[in-house]
Amino acid sequence: MKTFEVLGTGCTKCSKTAEAIERTAKDNGQEVKVVKITDPVRIMEYQVMSTPAVAMDGKLVHSGSIPQREQILSWLNQ
Amino acid sequence: MLEIFTTLASWLTYDLAGLSPDTRLGSSIHFFIEDTTKILFLLVIMIYLIALARASLNLEKVRAYIQQRNRFAGYLSGAGFGAITPFCSCSSIPLFLGFTSAGIPLGITMAFLFTSPIINEVAVVMLWGLLGWKFTLTYVVIGIAVGMIGGMLLDVMKGERWLKDFAARAYQTAKAGARQGGGTAAVEETAPLSMAERHQFAWNELREIVGRIWKWVLIGVGLGAALHGFVPDNWFAENLGSGQWWSVPAAVLAGLPLYSNATGIIPVMESLIIKGLPIGTTLAFCMSTVAASFPEFIMLKQVMTFRLLSLIFVILLANFAITGWLINLISPWLFHGF
Repeated sequence: MKTFEVLGTGCTKCSKTAEAIERTAKDNGQEVKVVKITDPVRIMEYQVMSTPAVAMDGKLVHSGSIPQREQILSWLNQ
Repeated sequence: MLEIFTTLASWLTYDLAGLSPDTRLGSSIHFFIEDTTKILFLLVIMIYLIALARASLNLEKVRAYIQQRNRFAGYLSGAGFGAITPFCSCSSIPLFLGFTSAGIPLGITMAFLFTSPIINEVAVVMLWGLLGWKFTLTYVVIGIAVGMIGGMLLDVMKGERWLKDFAARAYQTAKAGARQGGGTAAVEETAPLSMAERHQFAWNELREIVGRIWKWVLIGVGLGAALHGFVPDNWFAENLGSGQWWSVPAAVLAGLPLYSNATGIIPVMESLIIKGLPIGTTLAFCMSTVAASFPEFIMLKQVMTFRLLSLIFVILLANFAITGWLINLISPWLFHGF
């Protein structure tokens, strides 16, 4: 099972990102774990400067916007 | 070219709805229709064009650029990039830490964060459409100066002493690394964007920005229109005068509890100036509303101690007041016949 971390200090876009991943995974019939990371130290460790950002299984895959559905699908199918 | 919106508003208000230009209601509605149509038209075109041009600009590149400047150029580029980089205030904290952990001095990072809410493409387009290029240029210069001076003062006072521990450590580590010849943070080379990709980016930006700000435009213009129709011309000049020194700090304080973005406040600015509020006082009020917002300060609390936050707050407010006074002093010849 893949683990997604949504990095961001609690803006609405971050919640939307988390929802989008959960929804897309569900539509795709996959089970995923989505965690929201709001701790600035953790975000700094990922060296992210624009949020919302997404890390999959500990690796940064996206930053700066709510990801598009196709992007999420490509992560899920990796 | 923009007269077409005046004509449109006149036709809708006076001919179609049958209101008289001499009534308060007629004058307010005319103002509202003219400004909303004009602003939305300008915004759609300009946001798209600007996004097209800056599609390849990202924060990593900006950071690498700022890192390589010397101190003074650092403040200028910090404030300058704060003005042009697309950036949502909810990213303040990651940006702050990203800059700090790359060894960029606190003052330069804050110059970026100070200027960012004051100047953006939407603000510039609206100012240009409503108040003309002279005023727009003054506003941009002031916005950048406020950011630079605020940042310099913070560094002079060694504000980094009052960062939260983890942020201070990240900064020190980066500085020590740089002294030992460690290079700048690597920027991944990305392939140049194709025209189609640029269009896609600009289109997304346009939808995102207009979707977010259209209601601010309506609220701002609505307020401006109400002021325009219901406050007598020159009311401010007659009741507040233009000479009282205290009117500027009073305007800064009045703007403080109001929280708006530049989009909502600019149509109000237009009305205030037409009604005789001195330009410096108006600017002080607007900057205070836009740039000194409590939500932003509460966010920064995660990386700064209370002491540093208060210091930043005081510097900003003093900055606005001094700017207001200066502009009031020089505006008679700067905006002759405005």
